Amino acid sequence: MEHLRFNLNGDWVEERAVSPTTTLLRYLRDRLNMTGTKEGCAEGDCGACTVAIAELNQNGEPTWRAVNSCLVLLPMVQGKHVVTVEALKQGEQYHPAQVAMAKALGSQCGYCTPGIVMSMFEATYRTDLDAPWKLDDQLCGNLCRCTGYRPIRDAAQAIAGSCPADSFKKVLPDAKPQSMELRFAHGGQRFATPSTLAQLWDELDAHPDARFVGGGTDLSLEVTKKFAVIPKLISLEGVESLRKIETLPDGSFRIGAGATITDLEDFSVTRLPSVHRMVRYFGARQIKHRGTVGGNLCNASPIGDLPPALISVGATAVIAGRAGERRMPLEQFFVGYRKTALGPKEILAAVEVPAVPESARAISYKVSKRRELDISTVSAALYVDTDAKGVVTVARLAFGGMAATPKRASGAEKALVGQPWNEANVAAAAKLIGSDFTPMSDHRGSAGYRALVAANLLRGFFDETSEKKQPALVGRHAATVQSANEVRHG
Amino acid sequence: MAEPRVSSTAVTQKVPVVQGPETTPVTPLHQPLLHESGLRHTSGEAKYVDDFPAPTGMLIAQVVGSNVARGKIKTLDVTAARGVPGVLAVLTAKDIPGENNVGPVVHDEELLARDEVHFLGHAVALVVGETYEACRAGVAAVKLEIDAQTAITSIEQAIKENSYLCDTHLMQRGDAATALKTADIRFQGETRTGGQDHFYLETHVTLAVPEENSALKLYCSTQHPSEVQAIVAHVLHWGRHQIVVEVPRMGGGFGGKETQAANYASLAALGALKTGRPVKCWLNRDQDMLWTGKRHPFLTRWDVGFTKDGELVALDAFLYSDGGFSTDLSRAILDRALFHSDNGYFLPHVKLQGRVCKTNLPSNTAFRGFGGPQGMAVIEDIISKFCERTGLDPVEVRTKNFYGAAPRNITPFWQEVKDNRLPRIFAELLKTSDYTKRLGEVRAFNAANKNAKRGLALTPVKFGISFTTSFLNQAGALVVLYADGSLQLNHGGTEMGQGLHTKMLAICAHELGVQPDRVRVMNTATDKVPNTSATAASSGSDLNGQAVKNACETVRERLRPIAAKLLQVPAESAHEILFAGGRVFLSSRPELSLPFEKVTNEAYLAQVSMSATGFYKTPDITFDRATGKGKPFHYFAYGAAVSEVELSGLTGEHRLRRVDILHDVGSSLVPTIDRGQIEGGFIQGVGWLTCEELRFDDKGYLRTHSPDTYKIPAFGDAPLEFHVALLENAAQDNVIHGSKAVGEPPLMLALSTVAALREAVAAFGPEGREVKLDMPCTPEALLFAVEEQKK
Repeated sequence: MEHLRFNLNGDWVEERAVSPTTTLLRYLRDRLNMTGTKEGCAEGDCGACTVAIAELNQNGEPTWRAVNSCLVLLPMVQGKHVVTVEALKQGEQYHPAQVAMAKALGSQCGYCTPGIVMSMFEATYRTDLDAPWKLDDQLCGNLCRCTGYRPIRDAAQAIAGSCPADSFKKVLPDAKPQSMELRFAHGGQRFATPSTLAQLWDELDAHPDARFVGGGTDLSLEVTKKFAVIPKLISLEGVESLRKIETLPDGSFRIGAGATITDLEDFSVTRLPSVHRMVRYFGARQIKHRGTVGGNLCNASPIGDLPPALISVGATAVIAGRAGERRMPLEQFFVGYRKTALGPKEILAAVEVPAVPESARAISYKVSKRRELDISTVSAALYVDTDAKGVVTVARLAFGGMAATPKRASGAEKALVGQPWNEANVAAAAKLIGSDFTPMSDHRGSAGYRALVAANLLRGFFDETSEKKQPALVGRHAATVQSANEVRHG
Repeated sequence: MAEPRVSSTAVTQKVPVVQGPETTPVTPLHQPLLHESGLRHTSGEAKYVDDFPAPTGMLIAQVVGSNVARGKIKTLDVTAARGVPGVLAVLTAKDIPGENNVGPVVHDEELLARDEVHFLGHAVALVVGETYEACRAGVAAVKLEIDAQTAITSIEQAIKENSYLCDTHLMQRGDAATALKTADIRFQGETRTGGQDHFYLETHVTLAVPEENSALKLYCSTQHPSEVQAIVAHVLHWGRHQIVVEVPRMGGGFGGKETQAANYASLAALGALKTGRPVKCWLNRDQDMLWTGKRHPFLTRWDVGFTKDGELVALDAFLYSDGGFSTDLSRAILDRALFHSDNGYFLPHVKLQGRVCKTNLPSNTAFRGFGGPQGMAVIEDIISKFCERTGLDPVEVRTKNFYGAAPRNITPFWQEVKDNRLPRIFAELLKTSDYTKRLGEVRAFNAANKNAKRGLALTPVKFGISFTTSFLNQAGALVVLYADGSLQLNHGGTEMGQGLHTKMLAICAHELGVQPDRVRVMNTATDKVPNTSATAASSGSDLNGQAVKNACETVRERLRPIAAKLLQVPAESAHEILFAGGRVFLSSRPELSLPFEKVTNEAYLAQVSMSATGFYKTPDITFDRATGKGKPFHYFAYGAAVSEVELSGLTGEHRLRRVDILHDVGSSLVPTIDRGQIEGGFIQGVGWLTCEELRFDDKGYLRTHSPDTYKIPAFGDAPLEFHVALLENAAQDNVIHGSKAVGEPPLMLALSTVAALREAVAAFGPEGREVKLDMPCTPEALLFAVEEQKK
């Protein structure tokens, strides 16, 4: 298709004359005068702009997902069904999420409220909200400055998973995203969404200067914060094969670069618990719905969450070009500050991860100023395997926020391998982390804090894995390292 | 959904309720009402200034800010910018017809800097254009060269360079210097509290629309429409009658829109005047955070004396605040910090001094508590440190020092503390929070855990209610009654989410005895109620409520003779007629009740005036800043909170496990609204004291200028167990319907979280050691405090 087309609140909208980097939020407010959806930050950190999109989950079923409309460029909803807050009240009938919020006095100033209602809209139709901590996860992408959240939690609890048989539920089976294939140009800008790899290589040949975009949760900031005019974009979202996550015959996993963080969260919960611990705190639900595995890795940020988590479990990067695939250990993929080993006309197609043996201890930790919805100050993904005698055979201690790239603590690893896994040896190795890295000081944390936390995480890892080797997060824990006999909520 | 583990106590409060002819309560007053805009908030139907449809020909205004924090303007050339397609005007100081000054108290703040810039982002020009894109291109085309000077970016640096915005303020009683010498235990220290961005979800915005005959209508997100009107009039060199400021509602204010909306309203007005077209000036999040003022950071150096049993003997403290580059409200904020350096404790000998530092940062301004939290943080810090050093029980020490009978009832500013409710609140809360048992559990947990420790703490709040600039304690209302019995209610207060309109609606419906849905609360506008004070200082309902009541009484008393005639009640019994539940009746003969609209229609036919203004001023308050003596407050609001935290000694992360609050709101006007203020204020205070951190670099640039890096509490930061109760049988004399102000006091309940965190840090080390922890208690600050404790 050569023009934009998406379903908005039940009606198909067609658009030919708009910059392809117009965000959905600005389009709603400025072009359609639909002002229920608010701009609070234009960077996906407050949730006031939340709308819902019908997306396929990993089982291929359409499901309502809350997203930040401030980070969604208009071509990214090609062929999709979008619901905004304006659609929820039908005639004089308010949606259960709206009634619950008003009854609980979940709004005070009301500016964050439409966005919160849209996150609660998703919660209304979810069937997996089986523990109170999951409400933290569902709603942490929505900041409220007035209420202190208690009434909002009460409202969310009242409607979460209630799945009323209403028009939004009924429309879902028919709301499957249609083909996203698109070649759209306007005002000197171009946005293409190929739907196969072959089309992708053709696009690249024709437009070698184009930039790739996955979910846009990072790239869109250039538009909303720096007001950049990006001339050419190729979206990888339309290539279905890239989104696949599968278990290979040898028991290892292949995670498509186009898989969303939500996809990975659902997949990893039982299969890769250490990765799952990182994914849980990756970001808000809205971000996890749009952000992709490939996007997070190709950003090559030293404070990205997935690089250490995947390096520590021994992941391999699968790089694809027209000629085929090539592979390299993921840690070699990051060649410098925000630089990858991708050549021209290549993409990251997937990562392959071996299953973690039962003998291995593995946990990913993320330390940030705020538990939910924050960027790491320090992250650590720790993996230690031992032989039958308890001697360390493999140690992969991968850290984020400690260097210009995601990096392993080679000195500490060396000290551990071949030694018995005990408190004294771990303490000695933790001391070496200081010399493995020279972290920097910035507004997220000082170098001293980063170094201390990095070493402490290894000590905490020893304690936390003393009973269970790959412990999952239990309930609503107090800190990234869980205390042994904490009385836990939910 | 699994069984919820959330404990949320329902709010009820026993208050006598008027009964109507039927058995239902007929007044909304003291009832658990919903927010009057609640459902419209949820549907997006509630409109904010930026949501209004663009008037024909509307233009956009964008500010050109300086790129250095301090310096002399060498070149400001806007010629090229004026030529950018889509740009209609580029305005500088020279284009201001009136006074180029927006300082609300002291005239020390230029709207557009003429010769010098004083903070990074200081406005030097305004670009007015057809679109944001055109304006940004215009901003980029402005040639600005500044001779940069060394910026002052901290309180310490300002002290060193003798850079202040006022002389030293002083309050004292007794002889602190002598008493300190004889105290059993004397020690010195410093207390630091950080700044705080308001982070209202709706950023600053004004839409200025030209009207005929040299007039402007401003739709503005402000807590102080009258001041915006006055300042815009100064800037344009107009009479105030040429300007109407209207506030639909704000998406949060918290003090940030008390003075600082005037800058952007003035710029929009200037743009509209110069182009003759409607102009919108809206700040995006980064601009709002970079350019507008915040809560004042404070540094306090103190010297304190106690008896060995833990009784306060004397305090000598000097409070320095960071005012930023201009005065704004800094002096009154400093005063309120001094007024609250006692919190609820009697100080036999006290000397409090304070001074506002001038730095090259945005001009700090009002923020919920208005200096009170910063003052209170000092004395709570001192008491925590004393208990850490001596091992004395913090609850006992706090209780022991509460204000009591004369002579232990005089504040440092010589106001008597009457009706101190803290002993009662402490006693009740200790019981309801199960404090003693939980303290045992906390100790057991700490004994059993190496990497995590818990802390439990109880702290009080005593907060003075009134504007301390006494003449501001006034308010007006205009009630308009139509012949069909429906009403429009105008009052001087603004709605920023706090539920003021809900309370005013309840009072209006109560006084006239109508159903709430017959009353429409109108947008706040300066052409309806003039010369208003800011909606601030927690005073919104106290002041405007009395004015609304006054206006409604006037109208009701005009209806009474009409009602008497219709009910065939003799004139001498007319005063017994009740107006309630939409009916008018004699309580002795309820069967003869009339519908309210029958009376209003009859009143219209009888040529009765059915609109009235109301007015109120707080009696008997005065304060003399020169002597530091007076009765600045009409009364005090009280409360207390118990916080329980768990702290990781590996990372410094913590969670609030449980919070119990007992708060005194008098006889609550609307208990559901008050509960929202208590919970929301508490969490906002927790943000200020724990996760929110403003990081300016040495160039004066705010590194944390968006929610990416500036972290306000999120959903998971609220405690899962959050018990809130309103103090029972607490009617307050001489305040509207026995209620008490609630907007600000609960914020300071969050000091209990800091006290609990200090307890948790202390548990990592040996007893008897002072915890080295400043506020905000970020994970980094906490981890380093733990490391110190372990040494």
